[in-house]
Amino acid sequence: MTTASMLRHSWVITQRDLKHWQREPWTPIFGIAFSIMLLLVFGYLFGGAIELPGGGDYLPYLLPGMFALSMMFGIETTMSAVTADSKKGVTDRFRSLPMSSVAVPLGRAAADLTNSALQLAVLMVGGLIVGWRIDGSAGAALVAVALLLWLRFAVLWLGIYLGLTFRGEGSLMAVQVLVWPVAFTSNLFVAPETMPAWLESLAQWNPVSATAAACRDLFGNPTGITDGVLADHAVLLAFAWPAALTLVFVPLAARAYRRLGS
Amino acid sequence: MTSPPPLSPLIAHGLRKRYGDTLALDGFDLEVAPGTVHALLGPNGAGKSTAVNTFATLTRCDEGEALVAGHDVRRSPRQVRASIGLVGQASALDEVLFGRENLVMFGRLHDLSKAAARARADELLTAFGLADAADRKVSTYSGGMRRRLDIAAGMLTRPRLLFLDEPTTGLDPRGRNEVWQMVRDVVAAGTTVLLTTQYLDEADQLADRVTVMGAGRVIAEDSPTGLKDLLGGDRVIVTASAATDLERLREVLGGVADPERREVTVEAGATGGSAALIAAVRSLDAAGLDVDDVLLRRPTLDEVFLHLTEDQPDDQPAHEGAAR
Repeated sequence: MTTASMLRHSWVITQRDLKHWQREPWTPIFGIAFSIMLLLVFGYLFGGAIELPGGGDYLPYLLPGMFALSMMFGIETTMSAVTADSKKGVTDRFRSLPMSSVAVPLGRAAADLTNSALQLAVLMVGGLIVGWRIDGSAGAALVAVALLLWLRFAVLWLGIYLGLTFRGEGSLMAVQVLVWPVAFTSNLFVAPETMPAWLESLAQWNPVSATAAACRDLFGNPTGITDGVLADHAVLLAFAWPAALTLVFVPLAARAYRRLGS
Repeated sequence: MTSPPPLSPLIAHGLRKRYGDTLALDGFDLEVAPGTVHALLGPNGAGKSTAVNTFATLTRCDEGEALVAGHDVRRSPRQVRASIGLVGQASALDEVLFGRENLVMFGRLHDLSKAAARARADELLTAFGLADAADRKVSTYSGGMRRRLDIAAGMLTRPRLLFLDEPTTGLDPRGRNEVWQMVRDVVAAGTTVLLTTQYLDEADQLADRVTVMGAGRVIAEDSPTGLKDLLGGDRVIVTASAATDLERLREVLGGVADPERREVTVEAGATGGSAALIAAVRSLDAAGLDVDDVLLRRPTLDEVFLHLTEDQPDDQPAHEGAAR
């Protein structure tokens, strides 16, 4: 099995996954609507009461957090699609075809990344409309976007692994609930320095915090950080965390796919 | 094209597969003759799907050996996959895509070029009566149409061996007939079919050879006629009305009377069920006897299965496994 044919098969799978969104666009549309709702709730309802350490307005602080949040929530999209396929028997047919076991997850990865890039674009335009600004260089802004998609890429493999491994009725729901404490124990909505010390260190070491902090820095937005590991190493961590997740979950997802039948 | 040697497309020996405490396959042997329809007949939990999934390289068995199209399922799964089509129990179609798009997608995953995949999809859609529905979402298809498209997807590469796992379970009679016709077409085109079923009727309609499975083992293997002959074949059962004398009915029809149920049972014998039924109705008419019911009964899988397991006094586990 050559790399060329593996990539060709992945591309066929990607086209198929994208066609799903094209024909039934409600999942991504609802995803974007949900992010916009959160943006309004935090930006306008809670935002006035939130003070940032180191100064700066809350809205430009919040938006990079929302971007990172929507990348992180991509885990639900990936997981539900993977679970639905394996329940229906489509996955079994893929597995009975003479093709590489990497092609299906890779095709899914490309489609999910495309979908998330689109969501991100919509959110950024929305942000610009409500007053968020990019004050850094264009190059830095591109790096920020790349880091956001890099987080999405890592979360994707976690989603594929979970979707293949836990296929019961409740598991998607469990993930949908559990993403919230992970999202709140971070710098997405409020600055960790305003939290109790033990929670602050948890929030600082949360992988999504690194991405959000790096993006704020690169977009030239207030970071809400005066001290700590993210003050100096946000970009490095925003690269390293997703890399570590990917390294762990790509092999696990591939193994789960191969072992579906036994 | 040279004709392939008449080797068996599937040979399996001593397959064993354990899931936790259950032995799904317990020393299962099978040999399928080329160009035939071979049925695996058995109740739920007999190990039929595990056997098919093992042959299709989806499940790895713990012990034993299986050669599919001459390739070892464990050592050369990819070669096996290139020679088979699998139609599993659950529908393996993309509900959101159109019928044609499904076939083109699976064709391209089989390494057909875009043009070749399209041409083959059109060919199959026409052959299996789905051309009118080709550009509709699969979610709008009836059960029978879905199943046919599913089988068409299994036939994309004209595989040597096609696996059909309970192809008509859940279909209405019309859908079932359509699928049966399709299986006949597939075999006529030169593909060997291994199908699993819970219905003796289905095996009878389609199969050249039937392997009866229970608790992961072979209980019997024979032609459908041979299996039914074990039970004496079809019977005609006539229920006497209140006004009719049961003994008189028995004299007219022959056979055995059951006074409690007010029934007379006639073994159809070699002439076959329908001939026996017609004969029975004629003699009832000639004698002017009034009856409540006349029915033709074929031996059911349950009866075949019970009968076969009764013949094996030291084979208790077979039945426990079957009831699971």
